[in-house]
Amino acid sequence: MRPALASAKVGKVTPAIELRGVTKRFLTPSGEVFTALRDLDMAVQPGEFCAVVGPTGCGKSTTLALISGLEPASEGEVTVFGEPVTGIAEGIGYVFQADAVFPWKTVLGNVAAGPRYHGASDRDARERARDWISRVGLTGFEDRYPYQLSGGMRKRVALAQSLINGPRILLMDEPFSALDVQTRSLMENELLGLWAASSASVVFVTHDLEEAISLSDRVFVITAGPGTVKSNYKVDLPRPRNVAEIRFEPRFGEIYQEIWNDLRDEVLVSYERQKRSGAA
Amino acid sequence: MGAHVEQAGRPVVDLAAKRRHDARRRQLNVAALRLLVGVVFLGAWEITTRLGWIDVFFWSQPSAIAAKLWYWITQGTELGPLWEQALVTMEETVGGFVVGSILGVVFGVALGRSRLLSDVLGPYIKAANAIPRVVVGALFAISLGLDIKSKIATAAVLVFFVVFFNAFQGVREVDRNLVANARILGAGDRQLTTEILIPSALSWIVASLHTSFGLALVGAVVGELFGATQGVGELIYNAKNQFDAAGVFAGMGLLAAMALVAEALITALEDRLIKWRPPVATETRI
Repeated sequence: MRPALASAKVGKVTPAIELRGVTKRFLTPSGEVFTALRDLDMAVQPGEFCAVVGPTGCGKSTTLALISGLEPASEGEVTVFGEPVTGIAEGIGYVFQADAVFPWKTVLGNVAAGPRYHGASDRDARERARDWISRVGLTGFEDRYPYQLSGGMRKRVALAQSLINGPRILLMDEPFSALDVQTRSLMENELLGLWAASSASVVFVTHDLEEAISLSDRVFVITAGPGTVKSNYKVDLPRPRNVAEIRFEPRFGEIYQEIWNDLRDEVLVSYERQKRSGAA
Repeated sequence: MGAHVEQAGRPVVDLAAKRRHDARRRQLNVAALRLLVGVVFLGAWEITTRLGWIDVFFWSQPSAIAAKLWYWITQGTELGPLWEQALVTMEETVGGFVVGSILGVVFGVALGRSRLLSDVLGPYIKAANAIPRVVVGALFAISLGLDIKSKIATAAVLVFFVVFFNAFQGVREVDRNLVANARILGAGDRQLTTEILIPSALSWIVASLHTSFGLALVGAVVGELFGATQGVGELIYNAKNQFDAAGVFAGMGLLAAMALVAEALITALEDRLIKWRPPVATETRI
């Protein structure tokens, strides 16, 4: 379509994810057009851990839906490893904000679902699932149902369920927001360990700037809706990191300050809007 | 509040034992009260009919009903042994229940999945549902004859709509996140149906089975009233023709016993089918 872009790619690494001039509009139930994203550009390199921060309702989750192919873009182009996204593609993992593990399957059944959907034999799928269950520290819980697990354990199931498919891209939508603080930093460290052992690129949506900085290589700040990328920051903190301790590094504070200056205005805009629509 | 220290000299109360004791007491109380309600009701019925306050010809009395049942059990009914009649009605009920449930689930899931199908067929199904459906029993008695087929068909029609609406609703209300998750994990259309939609609708469907088994029994009995040679409904019909109120009540008692047994079986089935659900307190269940 646009030959200029194809030639521009020569000599450069193809980004794992690229969004170019992406706009997403929804029709609300009352029939109005709601613009969630406007003219958004974003690129994520292979193996990069990116965080996306922004005020409530700025379209962070929509970005993930577009990358995964669950939703089509209204305008613009979304590519994954150079291929335009036209539907749900192979090689993508998605950890949802709400619990999305299957309540009628045991832990083993949940984790084995991905390989089974891809045509693996029952035995093979179970074997691989057992391996992943042990990697997320749930050995001994294979036969439990989700309702018998704590929130943190259900998140571990969700992680294993996504990672067993060996995704090249892992999308995470505020995965730990419902967990208590201690469980959360435990899970964040484990996520970093699992990510380091893979070569996946991660897009991690969160509203928590501290979480964003301590996990990622790059932080994208999204404006108050309709969302677009306001700025992106490289996080040059050393790895491997201990999430619970990295926040005490002086460099962490500097980065935080810098990004917060940017984010604060957007949060205020969004807050003002909410107040107004709440009053109306 | 200070540090928590075990106080010396005080007897330690075994809370678990106390709770077990209280629960047992409560159970005994409930059982005694239940028995009392039954005795008072039957006793009042017996006494008022014996005193002539209520006409025993129309309303019969517990002792006469018990005698009738005993006669049926020991001497058989005019249609044959009692267990045969109960078995025939049970066969019709279970047959109608199974046929109606399967059709209900199949159509419910199909229409729940397909917007077009549900838009096209929706009004017809609503219209069919609005008809007092037991009257189809008359139609089936003509077209399918007096044997078991017409009763199964009547029962199946009654069951179908209850199961259908629940299956349809269950599929419609499936958690969008679960569907998205399954699709991302690689599920195709068929897997989405068998692994997500049907299990998700199952708790709705199973809840409907309690109601629909009762309706299947209604269908079978109504079918027998429209014309049959055997069955509990036919027994009741005969008793009515002979102005035998005790016979009608005895048949009713028999149907109630059958329904209670079936209810227990369905509850057991429910626990097997949806064991992934957190257990609910059984005391809230009636």
